[in-house]
Amino acid sequence: MSGTIQVYLLVRQIYLIFKVMGKSVFKLSTISSKVIMGIAGLFLMLFLCVHLAINLLMLLGDEGQMFGKAVYFMTHNPAIKIFEYVLFTGFIIHITIGVLIWLRNYFVRPIKYAVTPRSKTSCFSRYMIHTGIIILIFLILHFTHFFFVKLGWVTGPEGIDTHDFLSMSKLLFTNPVYSSIYIVCFIFLGFHLNHALQSVFQTLGLNHPRYTPFIKVLSALYGIIIAVGFSIIPIYFLFFHTV
Amino acid sequence: MNIKLKIWRQKNSQAKGKFEKYTLDNVSPEMAFLEMMDFLNQKLIEEGKEPVAFEHDCREGICGCCSLYINGQPHGPRERTTTCELRMRFFKDGETITIEPFRSRVFPVIKDLIVDRSAFDKILIAGGFISADTGSAPEANSIPVCKHHSDKAFDMAACIGCGACVAACKNSSAMLFVAAKVTQFTLLPQGRVEAVERVKNMIAKMDELGFGSCSNTYACEAECPKGITVAAIAKLNREFLHAKIVAE
Amino acid sequence: MATLNAKIPEGPLSEKWSKHKSGLRLVNPANKKKIDIIVIGTGLAGASASSALGEMGYNVKTFCYQDTPRRAHSVAAQGGINAAKNYKNDGDSVYRLFYDMIKGGDFRAREANVYRAAEVSNNVIDHYVALGVPFARDYGGYLDNRSFGGVQVSRTFYAKGQTGQQCLLGTYSSLLRQVNKGRVTMYPRRDLLDIVVINGKARGIIARNLVTGEIERHSAHAVVLATGGYGTIYYLSTLAVNSNGSAAWAAFKRGAFFGNPSFIQIHPTSIPVLNEFQSKLTLMSESLRNDGRVWVPKAQGDKRAPKDIPEEERDYYLERRYPAFGNLVPRDVASRAAKERCDAGYGVGASGLSVYLDFKDAIKKQGKKAIENKYGNLFEMYEKISGENPYETPMKIYPAGHYTMGGLWVDYNLMTTVPGLFAIGESNFSDHGANRLGASSLMQCTGDGYFILPYTISDYLADDIRTGAIPTNSHEFEAAEQEVKDKIARILAVKGKQTPMTFHKKLGKIMWNYAGMVRNEEGLKKALVLLEELKEEFWKDIMIAGTANELNQELEKGLRVADFIELSKLICMDALNRKESCGAHFREESQTENGEARRQDDLYAYVSAWEYKDNAEPVLHKEELKFEYVELKERSYK
Repeated sequence: MSGTIQVYLLVRQIYLIFKVMGKSVFKLSTISSKVIMGIAGLFLMLFLCVHLAINLLMLLGDEGQMFGKAVYFMTHNPAIKIFEYVLFTGFIIHITIGVLIWLRNYFVRPIKYAVTPRSKTSCFSRYMIHTGIIILIFLILHFTHFFFVKLGWVTGPEGIDTHDFLSMSKLLFTNPVYSSIYIVCFIFLGFHLNHALQSVFQTLGLNHPRYTPFIKVLSALYGIIIAVGFSIIPIYFLFFHTV
Repeated sequence: MNIKLKIWRQKNSQAKGKFEKYTLDNVSPEMAFLEMMDFLNQKLIEEGKEPVAFEHDCREGICGCCSLYINGQPHGPRERTTTCELRMRFFKDGETITIEPFRSRVFPVIKDLIVDRSAFDKILIAGGFISADTGSAPEANSIPVCKHHSDKAFDMAACIGCGACVAACKNSSAMLFVAAKVTQFTLLPQGRVEAVERVKNMIAKMDELGFGSCSNTYACEAECPKGITVAAIAKLNREFLHAKIVAE
Repeated sequence: MATLNAKIPEGPLSEKWSKHKSGLRLVNPANKKKIDIIVIGTGLAGASASSALGEMGYNVKTFCYQDTPRRAHSVAAQGGINAAKNYKNDGDSVYRLFYDMIKGGDFRAREANVYRAAEVSNNVIDHYVALGVPFARDYGGYLDNRSFGGVQVSRTFYAKGQTGQQCLLGTYSSLLRQVNKGRVTMYPRRDLLDIVVINGKARGIIARNLVTGEIERHSAHAVVLATGGYGTIYYLSTLAVNSNGSAAWAAFKRGAFFGNPSFIQIHPTSIPVLNEFQSKLTLMSESLRNDGRVWVPKAQGDKRAPKDIPEEERDYYLERRYPAFGNLVPRDVASRAAKERCDAGYGVGASGLSVYLDFKDAIKKQGKKAIENKYGNLFEMYEKISGENPYETPMKIYPAGHYTMGGLWVDYNLMTTVPGLFAIGESNFSDHGANRLGASSLMQCTGDGYFILPYTISDYLADDIRTGAIPTNSHEFEAAEQEVKDKIARILAVKGKQTPMTFHKKLGKIMWNYAGMVRNEEGLKKALVLLEELKEEFWKDIMIAGTANELNQELEKGLRVADFIELSKLICMDALNRKESCGAHFREESQTENGEARRQDDLYAYVSAWEYKDNAEPVLHKEELKFEYVELKERSYK
């Protein structure tokens, strides 16, 4: 039954956040809304690291013992459960403000240039909304495969316990179609992150001739690590793992 | 040189505009870009057609009057160069040059290639100054200013208010323009005094006028004819957050 | 007939201004609100006057033809701004600055005005610093100075090669602050077409809205012209291409006397003409002569690349002729010396109409970095235009029309001969005599606007506290508007074959050839004939595309060129009248054996002030110049 309560709480949470944000985002200055989006994004980036670390435990070759322990911890620790709400809030804030900012910006230039702009720009920064939407679609897919299954909202594959993420993952990743989609999405996520990390520093006003070049490299590295790190798992299950 | 031109023509702010094509022979590579435009206009008038309206004044890259979005870039293809400083030798013989006005809802077209950039003035009216009445100034050397800060303030004050940053930005954001002014004043002890009020008022006005927000794309920096860097925008963000969160 | 009264206060030179100031009447704060002032132009003079008057509490209406006040051509001044701060401890003082200006102007300026300009120069710097103008500083945090042509002290404050821009943005910000407070209303994109005089007093203007074409009436209790110079009569000049003399000309026609119209400075260091389509000559700051050495080859017609010409075959003619000042002689002297060399066949470049400005020695001595710090942006500018790298090969330069010392005649209170019509900055004639020293125009413009006009205009307005708002439906407004409309209709109706630009180029050629750096009686007489012909041709064959009721840049140009042609006639008449050589005005008939200018103080120590007459030649009035504190000397820089 706890699943239903969770769904209820989740929906209510989303509703409340939208209600508050709908009122205030338009009142926020462009800088403030960017800062909030950036901080939410930074938080999501942190979460991605944890998620990646846990996922990589699947590759330990210990029949999923460590992975199982980690999953158990993540699904049963009360602190983590509270954190889950924070995480969702982070997602919703990041996505909503992102879309609203994009809408505002899109309509500031009603007549577009006839010639494609040739100005030099920071890599991938022009495509944050596009990569963001791809990631959002993936997120929905991802939720239907794992998170909603755990909640009991979606029926999982037959014969697998709703909390047995390892088996669910193995099943999905041995499917080449799903794995390909998964890898492509993470490449886009990598692009998104490449700009995201350095951008959040800039938005928070942290730009310094000595350190900014380092932050840019770090940002690119982070994007690559997340993209490669997550992609290793389906590749492993597809090509190197025999059940 | 022979040049093909594709130029945006629009009778007035209400009219619907469209591109017109022209060809120009005997263009000399030594000509300034705007002299080529003069040459075109001279030809158009002789043919009984209306000349192309475009804005220009000092023709030496300092007044900020000239604008023009040339072949996909504000102020054309050369870095750190205004349209009036462009020379025809930077273009190829036979090349098609597309000339558009700066595009932004905040910079509406007045005629042909002339746009209304008065929004920049409005932002500065909101706070782009130091409140010092005539006669109230102390002896100029009574407040020493760190050379490093003073030089940086100068780099920021080099902005000519041409609007290339807005034109280049995919969001039509005026952040670089605002940042340059805010940074110039906050770096100087004279301007530091009212830094909090200034940044709040200028950003509020910028948002009210409907400029887009910054998405750290940095096209502004690439196109700024005076080489103002996006470090200024970071400084602006910092000043703004300080004003909103910390300052009383 | 109006008589000239300069209203120079009595008393010792150094006390004239302070005594005069304390005797001027004031307008109390409650009454200031009831008084409107129109300011035309938003350069250093116009913007500073507008903001100072706004701060005092007047209702100020400020006009400019550009889209925003920040574009005014003061923005293009490069080198610096003078002040008698004596920060370098090199013996500078208000008196010395005054003396340098009087001497630099070849003793053709009013002592009292010049002294006052020097006196307020220090306040100007203080105020700019307070406004956040980032002048160059030393590592200790104190302001830096450099030296400039025609002086032997370092008193020039600067911000790289963009001092004018920085100062203008300073005055612009103070102007905008008054807009914010509601004390100043900005009217951008307006061309002044006429001045409305009611009962002998300037009470308003007729302006054309350059976007809609609408003819507008604006009234005020006083009108201030800060409209700059008319150097664009040469077509090619260092001015902005839209700079014009129409406001001054309108004032002249309404009764303001024109002072010394022929005193036009030709700047020695501009990038030479490159091709026939050229629309503009770009200035290379005079400050470059601090480190650059000017030379031509010793052999006539030497076409070798500069680097192939050995040291002993180079003629550093300024150092040779003027050992005391060398490359830092005043502008008029440097310009004529360059012309002399080129006319004698020693010029370089394709046209033979340029000389070298070489930084080789300076780079060797101080290092490339130091030179880049001082002049980086100028070198960059030069490279963009000419395609040559001045760090490696010497710059080619040639003189170009630059600044008009002449302008509307004003008294000590900066008021023209039309009561209530004031002229400040470059648009008046008062402070630079026959030649302006570098870096003193920024100083004068700002001094006029912030520290002089606000006092003197209040004295005038003290009589107007009971006048009430000036209505714009009076007969005088009506008539002035009709005149303007008729003129526009007339110019549009010609529908000839030649564009304003064609006429402007023709005019420029006449003026450059006959009323440029060197003038003589025969040439000037010829020019007057040619100008009369050009005027006739203009009104028969001008073609203005488009209509009156829209944004029409051709119409703007056409109206300006029409005024330029008439103004040029006045310039030639003035040059013809003044048979002496002084400052920038060089009459071939009046020179020493070695080709230096010869002044004739017994005959020409006066300001020529011309009065407009309907359908008749202008009448010359003379304001005798009395020199009580300086001794008239031959101006020598040897």
